[in-house]
Amino acid sequence: MYAQMIKSTGKGVKSLDEMDPEERAFQERINAGGKIEPKDWMPDGYRKTLIRQIGQHAHSEIVGQLPEGNWITRAPTLERKAILLAKVQDEAGHGLYLYCAAETLGVSRDQLTRDLLSGKMKYSSIFNYPTLTWADMGAVGWLVDGAAIMNQVPLQRTSYGPYARAMVRICKEESFHQRQGFDIMMKMANGNEAQRKMAQDALNRFWYPSLMMFGPSDKESVHSAQSMAWKIKMNTNDELRQKFVDQTAPQAAYLGLTIPDEHLEWNEERGSYDFSEPDWEEFFDVLQGNGPCSVDRMEARNKAWDDGRWVREGLLAHAEKKRARKMAAE
Amino acid sequence: MSSPESGSYDATEAAPHGKPRATEWPLWEVFIRGQHGLSHRHVGSLHAADAESAIKNARDVYTRRNEGVSIWVVEAAAIAASSPEEKGPLYEPSNDKVYRHPTFFDIPDDVGAM
Ligand SMILES: [Fe+2]
Ligand SMILES: [Fe+2]
Ligand SMILES: [Fe+2]
Repeated sequence: MYAQMIKSTGKGVKSLDEMDPEERAFQERINAGGKIEPKDWMPDGYRKTLIRQIGQHAHSEIVGQLPEGNWITRAPTLERKAILLAKVQDEAGHGLYLYCAAETLGVSRDQLTRDLLSGKMKYSSIFNYPTLTWADMGAVGWLVDGAAIMNQVPLQRTSYGPYARAMVRICKEESFHQRQGFDIMMKMANGNEAQRKMAQDALNRFWYPSLMMFGPSDKESVHSAQSMAWKIKMNTNDELRQKFVDQTAPQAAYLGLTIPDEHLEWNEERGSYDFSEPDWEEFFDVLQGNGPCSVDRMEARNKAWDDGRWVREGLLAHAEKKRARKMAAE
Repeated sequence: MSSPESGSYDATEAAPHGKPRATEWPLWEVFIRGQHGLSHRHVGSLHAADAESAIKNARDVYTRRNEGVSIWVVEAAAIAASSPEEKGPLYEPSNDKVYRHPTFFDIPDDVGAM
């Protein structure tokens, strides 16, 4: 997902009886569907895990602008360009909402940025793949935003108030993202032979990386069990991946495109599709920073931060000067 | 910077000479009034060097789809907020004042709408 492999306390989930009164009250509130707000008492592990998770999600929104930003100047029509620009601007907003949510937990925006730029914090593996043709803009909106939606919709009910509220805002915008992507895919899939090939090629390249977005199976993971008890993770990775495949397979059929998986098959008994797992070795390798575009992405973010320094400092100095002048006049 | 929602953290950098200087733009809370005459509502926050740019940034981020016709920004540090520990003493006294609700009173049907 936009947040992958998030570590929690590393210990098993405590039972209510093992908790001291404070923690017990906290957990009971979550169990009853209540929200935790920034100034409420919370276990240290909850705070730290959320900072990691929301921070990684925010970084993904920001780095996620790069593969699509790549095509803004080369969009085939002015209308497509305006749409793509709006979509990429939305993603910047998503990053902002999430950074603000993380900040309510006591970490600064600059700290989060520094941790991204130094490689200490991660972003989603999916954004380390290149966008080679215009059809990739379709595939990204359809598949990548589609996979993100799978995870973001349930997170609107997450236990941490500011995170849940950020998700509500984000989800309102995501359906535009997925639809504009599918619209591009429809145009390409129903276009001439070269366009249809491009659409199929985009699906071929983005299918498995999209499945990887959900992360490896976490049925046995203590981190996931704890995160689910805290309701900062709402479903297992496998559940969400299955849901995504079930939703996407018929859409691919509608487009007349073939999902690159010979084992993809409707399973009557389960009422779901059977499908092949992605290559998890590739996933871990990409997460380690060895994806095809990992170096480019980090260079682009570092350059933006360095090049923007004079703007940040200049505006701050100007604001201070104005304030001093106003004080002197009063 | 500290706000009703955020804890305090260190947004400064040690300068080579003299006192540490701020490196991060302050945090602003954003309130927006929609078209339908309701009050301004808190929609989120953002960083900006001053109020003027905070309003511009809020316009860019929070009113992309006709969400509002008026923006307020307040520097987060300037907001005073009640604390969760006071929840009981502050809000519980109203629980036993059921007569504050219109449903407390039985008005005969014959009286008509009231
Ligand atoms: Fe997004
Ligand atoms: Fe996205
Ligand atoms: Fe999106």
